[in-house]
Amino acid sequence: MPAVSMTVNGRVVRGEVEGRTMLVDFLREQLGLTGTHVGCDTTQCGACVVHVNGLAMKSCTMLALQGEGAEVTTIEGLAPPGTPLHPMQAAFREHHALQCGYCTSGMVMMALDIVRRCREPDEATIREQLKGNICRCTGYHNIVKAIAAGAAAMAAQHR
Amino acid sequence: MRDFVYYHPTSLDEARRLAMQQGAMLLAGGQTLLRDMKLGRYSPTSLIDVTGIVPSQIEFLDDAVCIGAGATHAEVARSPVLLQYLPVLAALVDHIGDPAVRNRGTLGGALAANERAGDYPAACLALGATVHTTRRKVAASEFFVGEGRTVLEPGEIVTAATFPISRRAAYVKFLNPAARYAMVGVFAACGEDGTPHIVVTGARTDGAFRWEAAETALTAGFVAERLRGVRLLYENLAEDLFADAAYRAHLAEVIARKAVGLASGPAPGVMVLSHGSRAETLLA
Repeated sequence: MPAVSMTVNGRVVRGEVEGRTMLVDFLREQLGLTGTHVGCDTTQCGACVVHVNGLAMKSCTMLALQGEGAEVTTIEGLAPPGTPLHPMQAAFREHHALQCGYCTSGMVMMALDIVRRCREPDEATIREQLKGNICRCTGYHNIVKAIAAGAAAMAAQHR
Repeated sequence: MRDFVYYHPTSLDEARRLAMQQGAMLLAGGQTLLRDMKLGRYSPTSLIDVTGIVPSQIEFLDDAVCIGAGATHAEVARSPVLLQYLPVLAALVDHIGDPAVRNRGTLGGALAANERAGDYPAACLALGATVHTTRRKVAASEFFVGEGRTVLEPGEIVTAATFPISRRAAYVKFLNPAARYAMVGVFAACGEDGTPHIVVTGARTDGAFRWEAAETALTAGFVAERLRGVRLLYENLAEDLFADAAYRAHLAEVIARKAVGLASGPAPGVMVLSHGSRAETLLA
C-alpha cells in the first residue's frame, strides 16, 4: 500500500493507506485521534472539519494521500492534555454550546477558521459562515454565542 | 468506494499522459468527485491529482479576468483583482458550498464537474467566459454539454478561464432548504451594447442554460418588469421533494426579475435567498 507522511498536531506521522482512504479515517483509525467525527460522510455536516495547512477542510472529502507533507491540526491539537483549554473551547463550555457533542469538534475547528478570516464576526456573519456545519440537536443559538465570545477572548489575548 | 491508484504527478505533461490511461480520472480539490465516487457515480481505476501543477494565478488582461484552474474558491473570493474588476464573480464564488468546501474546491474542478446547480457554470455562460485547456480554448457556450458533462477529452486538463468584465451583472439564487445549493439561480448580465444574458442554473436536469425567451424579452430594454409573465418551458425541469417543475418555473421568473433589477441598480452583486429570508436580504 502507498505510504503517506504528514505532520499532525506538531508530530510527524507516517502510515500506509489505500488510495481511497479518507483523511478522517487515517486520523481516527491509524492515529487514534477520534475527536474528529464522521457524520454525513458526504461533505455536508462538518463534523469532520480539521485544519490542513491552516485552513478548515472537510476530512471526509479529502484523501489521506492528498495530505502528503501537510500540517494537520485536529481538535486534540488545540489544547494538549494538562494544559488549559483553547479560548474557543472554553467559550463552548461556558456557553453550553453543545448538547450531544457530536458536531462540537467540527464546530470548534470551523469557528477558528471564521475567526482567522473575520476576526470578531457579528451574529449574522457567524450564522452565514456555519452553513457547512450542522448541529442536529439544533443547538445553534448557544453555538453562535460561544463563537462570538471565543472570538472576543482570542482578540483580547492578542491585544 | 472501490479502491484506485492515486498519482500526484509533478508536471502537466506527466498528468496528461497518466490521465490518458483507461479508467483514469483527474482530481482537483475533490469536493464533487470524491462525493460522487462515494455515491457510486464514478469508479475510476486511477486518480490523477493535478493540485499544485495547474496554474492558480489571477490576473487582469485585456478587459478580462483570467483565473488559473487551481485557484480555490476561497482564493478567488478574496482576490484583489476580482474585487476590483469583477466583484460580482468574487461574491458568487464566496457563496459556493460552504467555507470548508471553498478552502479546497477549485475553478478547474468546478468547471469539469459541471454540476446541475453549479454557480460557476452560470457565471461562465452569462459573462461569455472562455475555458483554457492543455489543448485549446473553448467558449463556455460550447464547453458545457449537460449535467456532469463537458467537451473535455481524456487527458485534457483545464488550465484557466477568462471572464470578460461586466459592470451590469448580478446573480440571485434561492437555496434548497436542506443542502443549500441553488434550487434555482439566475445570472443576469447586460453587455456594453445592451445585449442581455440571462442564465438559469439548478432548474433543469441538464445543468445551467441560457434562457432565450427571457433574453428576447429584454432586448428592447434591460428592465426587470419586461420579464413578467415570461415562463420557463417545463421541458427538462428538475423535480424533487422540494420543488416540482411548475414551482421551479415560477421561481425562475421571480428570481430572473430580481437579478435583472439588481444588475441594473446602483449596487450590482449577489443576493442569496432562502425560505424565510427577508426581502431585503442582500449580500455584497
